Amino acid sequence: MSANLQFDPIRLPPECEALRKDVRAFLAEEIAAGTFDPHRPGHGDTHDPAFSRRIGAKGWIGMTWPKQYGGRERSFLERYVVTEEFRVANAPVRLHFVADRQSGPILLKYAPEHIKADILPRICRGELCFVIGMSEPNSGSDLFAAKAKATKIDGGFKINGSKIWTSNAHIADYMLGLFRTSPPAKDNRRHGLTQFLVDMKTPGITVNPIIQMTGQHDFNEVVFENVFVPDDHVMGEIDGAWKQATSELAYERSGPERFLETFYVMLELIRALGADPDIRSAEGLGRLVAQLHTLRRMSVSVAGMLQAGKEPVVEGSIVKDLGTIWEQRLPDRVRELTAFLKPEIGNRATLEEQIVFATTIAPKLTIQGGTTEILRGIIARGLGLR
Amino acid sequence: MAGHKNTAGADNAAVEAKKRQGCAILAGESDHIVAEAAARIFADLADPQTINRDKDNAWKAPLWRALEAAGLPLAWVPEALGGSGASLADGFAVLGAAGRCALAVPLAETLLAGWLLGRAGLDAPAGAMTIAPARPLDRIAMSADGMLNGRVIGVPFAAEAKYIAVLAEAAAGAVVALVEAADCRIDDGRNLAGDPANVVTISRVKPLRSAAAPAGLDATALMLMGATIRSVQTAGALETALALSVGYANERIAFERPIGKFQAVQQNLARLAGETAAALAVSGSAADALAEFDSIDDAALLEAASAKIRCAEAATEGSAIAHQVFGAIGFTNEHVLHRFTLRMKAWRDDFGNESYWSNELGRRVAQLGADEFWPLVASR
Repeated sequence: MSANLQFDPIRLPPECEALRKDVRAFLAEEIAAGTFDPHRPGHGDTHDPAFSRRIGAKGWIGMTWPKQYGGRERSFLERYVVTEEFRVANAPVRLHFVADRQSGPILLKYAPEHIKADILPRICRGELCFVIGMSEPNSGSDLFAAKAKATKIDGGFKINGSKIWTSNAHIADYMLGLFRTSPPAKDNRRHGLTQFLVDMKTPGITVNPIIQMTGQHDFNEVVFENVFVPDDHVMGEIDGAWKQATSELAYERSGPERFLETFYVMLELIRALGADPDIRSAEGLGRLVAQLHTLRRMSVSVAGMLQAGKEPVVEGSIVKDLGTIWEQRLPDRVRELTAFLKPEIGNRATLEEQIVFATTIAPKLTIQGGTTEILRGIIARGLGLR
Repeated sequence: MAGHKNTAGADNAAVEAKKRQGCAILAGESDHIVAEAAARIFADLADPQTINRDKDNAWKAPLWRALEAAGLPLAWVPEALGGSGASLADGFAVLGAAGRCALAVPLAETLLAGWLLGRAGLDAPAGAMTIAPARPLDRIAMSADGMLNGRVIGVPFAAEAKYIAVLAEAAAGAVVALVEAADCRIDDGRNLAGDPANVVTISRVKPLRSAAAPAGLDATALMLMGATIRSVQTAGALETALALSVGYANERIAFERPIGKFQAVQQNLARLAGETAAALAVSGSAADALAEFDSIDDAALLEAASAKIRCAEAATEGSAIAHQVFGAIGFTNEHVLHRFTLRMKAWRDDFGNESYWSNELGRRVAQLGADEFWPLVASR
């Protein structure tokens, strides 16, 4: 068999459990102080600059990065614990999360020294928000159809075109985006895209909001008109961005945020069912518990492989495929399992509000970060079918 | 898959290729020397294609002799009690290899029986054993005069076992006992895959030996150990079903190209890989977890029950996908696929099915309450 699937039973080391205690204590204090309400899922999707700064002060942003750039040189498994505890608590981490997960590691790898020294410590302090500029109005899953152009001029590049579905663009300080520096090569259509760091305050950038069906404003269209980007803001190889994407994808796709996005409805279901559920509800709950435990063990296993320096691209894609479909179906399962509960259960209003919210955001879960179809294509390639 | 109806001849070539691939799969990467030794025996004497052609079960006796010569059936029995004293991890690795071969002799059952006897400090005999009860709602009682009584269903391989290790209920608590199969009434039932799965009636049977079960070893603990064993076997069977399906999709030509080039087929195989991955991860986690527990607590219940639930779901989904990929040839008797798919589906019913364990797990989580739920999940 061409792909030997590997999911070793990795256990989190003891230092993770000490850290988990600290994180839970911090979150409990913040909840008590009214920073956010764990029962209001919409809150977890918002940005809170003061809160992000307090998280940064704890050393929990960019925590795996070198100390010289503000990091704490902690393990990827420790970061895993922080991520899952914040997610489960529904804490508002939107401001710094993308920078912490994706943008910082890219800068670490490709940015020149003076940019690393300037930007990375500010990310670690929770001061900076990043946006990813990949999709375009006519280029979504097919990333290499991107047309927004970066033209070489004296001292840098001039960018024209637009990016879309850019979460956080309206609050972001920087974008890491892919722009076309050359036409695709005949023998390699992935050739010709270059990754740039773009300061969102540069003249010529317009951010147009796109409101989701939840009523939230997260997405945007970003239009570039003759936007100047200096030479030292090129991240990696000119025309060779396609070579740079692979290993980061496993980090992006296998984390706890890929199956815990609607977890609050499961907690609320347990509250609604009470200590002595009927057999139908108990069986339904038990299945969900088993599925969740399985996803988490898979995700931790991939985290362990990443920590060990491996590149589990297929395994990471499998976690996102199974995880996002599970979290997408979860609100429907909860709805079914609460169908026969008595009208007067105490948390009915909260439960119903959560089911509405989770049901409305569910469609995006299997689209963002690589659609189910794209992931299965990657898995099929790993199996030796492509 | 329209247009996939074909002559048997065209598919025979693929079948032959699969035969050669067969148990080579189970020589996969393993840190366990014991498991590698087992895999070699399976490859030599339990090749699925050879077995599939053998209508009189002539392969079983030489295979069992080789397994006994290697000390595998009693791997979980301490050396002082007549076994080979392997670790739980080694035994589970052997069972993974057995699953990859859809092994149809009572190796898993003898391992579990030996583990049960060993935990109670009882000597294990040579010969095939099985375990009773094998379903969570069944009970066997030991009366004050030491005689066993009970009627239990779905006992795997009881008809081929020489001994049955019994976990019985006595007035003073749980008792482990060894009985001769010949002293029990055993019907001729079979499971979905055609392996013996028997109703065993025990009427005033005097055990060969018995001892009080150690603290923590109760009916739930036995069922969870059995459930984990079946989960590990299921994951192994899914690995082979996936490998066979991918191999076939790359060889079988339809519409002038290998069917694996069609996106619809690729999507199905990616889903099969996902189910296989889930089964591997959760069964591996449960096997690892049980190796460190002396008694069943909430964490052990979460690990082992989840494994049985999720592996049974994976067997349901995974076997359907594998058959869909193979089309008509996959449900012929001559093809090996059913050895894996029917067995993984049959195993769903042993030691508590997915509905049983879901109810148990759900009730426990409800009792603990919402605030204790995430800490339990995160503790693993």
